Amino acid sequence: MTATNEIKKSIIASVWFMFLTFPIMVMKVNTVTQTVEWRWHNMALVGVGAFFLSMLWRYLLKRKEEGGKREKKAGLSLVQRLLQEKQFALPGMLIIALITILFPHIFSMYQTNIMISALIFVVLGLGLNIVIGLAGLLVLGYAAFFAVGAYSYALLNLHFGVGFWIALPIGGILAAVFGVLLGYPVLRLRGDYLAIVTLGFGEIIRLVLENWNEFSFGPSGIKNIPKPGFFGMELSLQASTVYIFYIVVVLVVFTIFVINRLKNSRIGRAWTALKDDEIASQAMGIDKAKTKMRAFALGATWAGMAGVVFAAKTTFINPASFTLWESVIILCTVVLGGMGSIAGVIAGALLLILLPEYMRDFGEFRMITFGAVLIVMMIFRPGGMVEDVRKTYKFEK
Amino acid sequence: MKPILEVKNMTMDFGGLRAIDNIDLSIDKGQIVALIGPNGAGKTTFFNCITGIYTPTSGDVYISPRGKDERLNGLKPNIVTRKGLARTFQNIRLFTSMTVLENVMIGCHAITKAGIIGAIVRGPATKAEEKLIVKKSYSILEKIGLAKYVDELAVNLPYGAQRRLEIARALATDPFLLLLDEPAAGMNPQETMELDELILKIRNTEGVSILLIEHDMKLVMSLSEKIYVVDYGKKIAEGTPEQIRNNPVVIKAYLGEEIEEEFDA
Repeated sequence: MTATNEIKKSIIASVWFMFLTFPIMVMKVNTVTQTVEWRWHNMALVGVGAFFLSMLWRYLLKRKEEGGKREKKAGLSLVQRLLQEKQFALPGMLIIALITILFPHIFSMYQTNIMISALIFVVLGLGLNIVIGLAGLLVLGYAAFFAVGAYSYALLNLHFGVGFWIALPIGGILAAVFGVLLGYPVLRLRGDYLAIVTLGFGEIIRLVLENWNEFSFGPSGIKNIPKPGFFGMELSLQASTVYIFYIVVVLVVFTIFVINRLKNSRIGRAWTALKDDEIASQAMGIDKAKTKMRAFALGATWAGMAGVVFAAKTTFINPASFTLWESVIILCTVVLGGMGSIAGVIAGALLLILLPEYMRDFGEFRMITFGAVLIVMMIFRPGGMVEDVRKTYKFEK
Repeated sequence: MKPILEVKNMTMDFGGLRAIDNIDLSIDKGQIVALIGPNGAGKTTFFNCITGIYTPTSGDVYISPRGKDERLNGLKPNIVTRKGLARTFQNIRLFTSMTVLENVMIGCHAITKAGIIGAIVRGPATKAEEKLIVKKSYSILEKIGLAKYVDELAVNLPYGAQRRLEIARALATDPFLLLLDEPAAGMNPQETMELDELILKIRNTEGVSILLIEHDMKLVMSLSEKIYVVDYGKKIAEGTPEQIRNNPVVIKAYLGEEIEEEFDA
């Protein structure tokens, strides 16, 4: 009975899809001969495809419903268990470290360059993770802070000849200042409202950079930004790429270290509490304004530093690198990877940046896959790839 | 002795609606005081005014935990908590994505001070503070009887335990006055009895005074030393449980006017 019911439902779905796609998949007007071609085989394909997909869809949904209860008891996913097992964690870390160190020497410069951009996005993702994953503030204009970092290095270098290593903290601090500037007026906002305001903020920064020619050289951008120096030595293109790779790796490790510490600290707990319930956390003595500002400022700091590294890597920046699309990608890495989870965000960033690079042949379908993946994720794994686990504390009884 | 909380002529208007009308209230050290009244009488608004969620339109709120008066009007809720007033909520407001222990640890936020730098460097001071927080939180959980749930997510707790966790969390802020907003709501008789014991225990061992809003009259009558009754934002009676039980005005507010006379006439 249920089987025939399922089939019936799927048939209805497939008929519906055949009807919907009829005008674009079946009819084709040949403008030269002025005739209409009827491609009935396409209709059959759509029908069969929709039939099986809808079967699969409902099967997965059902499995999720049944599995939901079971999984909660079983608790952690495979990755989390691996991370917690000491005997796997240490060798695993060593292997990852070894691969990272050898990476630029094994693979070509092209690969290294791609890896650098991916790692920059890892830093961005981790930074945004402070704001979204820990403090629960949905920020949609994160690329603006990235831009502040990149432009502060480019402009400081252009006008005052400031070097990379000095610009790195300055970029971070300037971005933090912008974070506070944005944070202050939006303290009262939550959720969608906050997202809209921050989206506006991101666009403002981009438009200013695009139109204020005297300041930022407009859409033509800034050229010839120096790569980081190695104790005053000039490096070859190859060597400097490897050098930047290591700089980014160190930045990533530093970011992980800091966020890990923050997450399980008094401040980190206050962020999570604010995310869960603002009124209750105020009643617990948490200063809402101060705590939120700290999240904004810290999140922006990492974007700023990533921006400085980005400017040094590409040696050329213009406003086109800091559009809404960048903000959305960073947001996706956090959501896809798992809000609040460090391992998840790293995995998400690597996946989202590397996969499109290696699948350039399917470039046209990038957006559609992106959307589909996000929808499927939200339904089947709303917590992200690697869900965040709360720390458990040890105590003497 | 000076009362530790004194509310004088407090009024709260929402536009044209007067939710609280000229209420006076005072609590002595170590007292258990109940605030009762029909639904919508303004009890929770009263709590919100004291704890800084609302700023009262007029009137004064004074505390004197150490014999010195301090005015609370217009202070932010987190400052009020720091001054030693802790509250629970009528509709449970736990931090659902955190464990039971972490919920209580958040309560320690007000009395600790590690900042960003401290968190990143994690020096000896921060480490010691963290250790202290964990230890203190655990001992509170033991006292409240929630130690077995310590690593559970707060949201997975049974209802009664969630209510108790709210109290535990409030205690972690080191209050001198605990404001309980319907702590027994939705509890079964067994749980209510345990709550009764718990509240007495908190008062007796911690020396914390308690102001509670409650509809469970059995609990109110057995616990409280003084009862205030409000209706439509006005205080209609105050006194010992015995006086309140026999007060015709209170009975009228709860049960309505006697209408038999009209039939007789």
